[in-house]
Amino acid sequence: MAILGAINPMLTVGLDGDRAWRLADYLTRGGYRALRRVLEGKMPQGEVINEVKKSVLRGRGGAGFPTGLKWSFMPRSFPGDKYVVCNSDEGEPGTFKDRDILRFNPHSVIEGMIIAGYAMGAGRGYNYIHGEIWEIYERFEEALDEARAAGFLGTNILGSGFDFDLFAHHGYGAYICGEETALLESIEGKKGQPRFKPPFPASFGLYGKPTTINNTETFASIPYIINLGGEAYLEAGKPNNGGTKLFSVSGHVNRPGNYEIPLGTPFATLLEMAGGMRGGRKLKGCIPGGSSAPVVPAAMMMDCTMDYDSISKAGSMLGSGAVIVMDETTCMVKALERLSYFYYEESCGQCTPCREGTNWLYKVVHRIENGKGRPDDLDLLASVTTNIMGRTICALGDAASMPVQSFIKHFRDEFAYHIENRKCLVPVDVQRAGSGFFTATV
Amino acid sequence: MLTPESLKRIDREIAKYPPDQKQSAVMAALAIAQEERGWLSNEAIEFVAGYLGMAPIAAYEVATFYGMYDLKPVGKYKVSVCTNLPCMLTGGVDAGEYLKKKLGIGYNETTPDGLITLKESECMGACGDAPVMIVNNRRMCSWMNPEEIDKLLAELK
Ligand SMILES: Cc1cc2nc3c(=O)[nH]c(=O)nc-3n(C[C@H](O)[C@H](O)[C@H](O)COP(=O)(O)O)c2cc1C
Ligand code: SF4
Ligand code: FES
Repeated sequence: MAILGAINPMLTVGLDGDRAWRLADYLTRGGYRALRRVLEGKMPQGEVINEVKKSVLRGRGGAGFPTGLKWSFMPRSFPGDKYVVCNSDEGEPGTFKDRDILRFNPHSVIEGMIIAGYAMGAGRGYNYIHGEIWEIYERFEEALDEARAAGFLGTNILGSGFDFDLFAHHGYGAYICGEETALLESIEGKKGQPRFKPPFPASFGLYGKPTTINNTETFASIPYIINLGGEAYLEAGKPNNGGTKLFSVSGHVNRPGNYEIPLGTPFATLLEMAGGMRGGRKLKGCIPGGSSAPVVPAAMMMDCTMDYDSISKAGSMLGSGAVIVMDETTCMVKALERLSYFYYEESCGQCTPCREGTNWLYKVVHRIENGKGRPDDLDLLASVTTNIMGRTICALGDAASMPVQSFIKHFRDEFAYHIENRKCLVPVDVQRAGSGFFTATV
Repeated sequence: MLTPESLKRIDREIAKYPPDQKQSAVMAALAIAQEERGWLSNEAIEFVAGYLGMAPIAAYEVATFYGMYDLKPVGKYKVSVCTNLPCMLTGGVDAGEYLKKKLGIGYNETTPDGLITLKESECMGACGDAPVMIVNNRRMCSWMNPEEIDKLLAELK
């Protein structure tokens, strides 16, 4: 079990035991009650969307866009096929919450997608699952079979006249497919290269049809919103930040894992839930929303609450809720070097500023890390990032730039030391001890 | 070229998509072909393209774009280690170095007996379980400290 703690949880209630993911278990937890309420109660489509709007559920995939508003962009009277697509391509370094939702509570995602399909008049859905988590993909297919056999998927669901079917599609090792239009290309059986926007997926999505894409956790939250009511869901979090959220805590803590807490919970509380700092060492910095989010230094981080607004005030992003904790044994240059390599590797190569820029960022950070930095390298890095940002088709260019800017901004002395002295400020054996690999694992 | 079982699995994938969108099954079909044959030769890719009624070049583009397809022969076991930052903080890079030393090979190399190919990987969405590695694209191994790695290597025969 990798959901290690919670405060007032919804998504992770009652998930102990090997069979929690099974339909029978989900039903005893009140599963598919929301779907019954919507379909058997003949809830008008607009009312479902309104409930989601009232909940102020913000997309859990990274951008935090209000879900109800997104759903209202789907054309009502479109005559042909429409699609709902779930983004389970969880590849943002630090993020591992969708995997656990699918592992322990897959039917909540299925139920959420059926309700979404009903609300937007879509008859078909796909769940795009990260290729690396193969066992989870197979389990999801089994959960779909269960839902189909029980009449929750297929034609005339619960006698309502509403038809909806849902299928799983797996990725095969491309981070960029987490970007929603790359993901659509990938389902169409092509290279996962992001599309120009506009047109947006709500008008031109999968196979050119109106499509809404949401994150796994976003869909999983829908049944809870319908059951509780939008207002009560909102109140479970804090104003403008509805509900609870799963946070994936990784790095230098004693108990890395997933934690479900109300939005607005202090970071200090989350850190304590995760067992505190490994070896009692000091916090150095934290990336609060997945690798694409700017790093926040320790003192600022300790003042944050875990919600979109507070993290954004600290100059970063809540993103996917991946909290990467770094203690004083971390070499910030090395940390950034690894992230820069990642973006360079994963750039799809369509736009010149991103393709060339990510290559430059990696090359320059790499040479600083390896004692070959030049005096004007920090200025060079800054100018490369400004040449990338805002000039690319998708947000990967910005995602590659923001770590560079924030690491240099907050840990400039460490970068300067590296360039001047041609070595790490943090001795290499200290870094190695920090990882805990050769000592007891926690 | 592929066994009837593999073709049956591919047919099941095709059925997930609208009848005029068979190409959508290409990722799954290539994965199935690779699972059966160990790696994707040009012939295998062309066969899949033909089976789905798409241009061979289009299938080839897909096979080269996604990192989990192997376009060259690999060892009987491919071990992919995540070394991205969250894992690195909990020994992902060290685990990779440990494997290199034990196997006497570097990343993207295969042991002389053809048993194990070592790969460096990006985030697998399992960072809480670091160090993590995946065997043959299918089996995720968590909390891989030196002892666990030794156990795994003893098992891969
Ligand atoms: C490079 C890149 C990678 C992304 N990866 C993911 C991902 O793995 N999972 C995800 O849900 N959203 C990811 N997104 C965001 C999606 O494009 C999209 O905004 C999201 O799936 C919408 O769902 P939401 O509104 O429910 O958050 C990524 C975006 C970019 C630019
Ligand atoms: S910004 Fe980068 S990843 Fe995104 S479309 Fe352009 S080249 Fe591809
Ligand atoms: S960084 Fe290794 S699994 Fe996420």
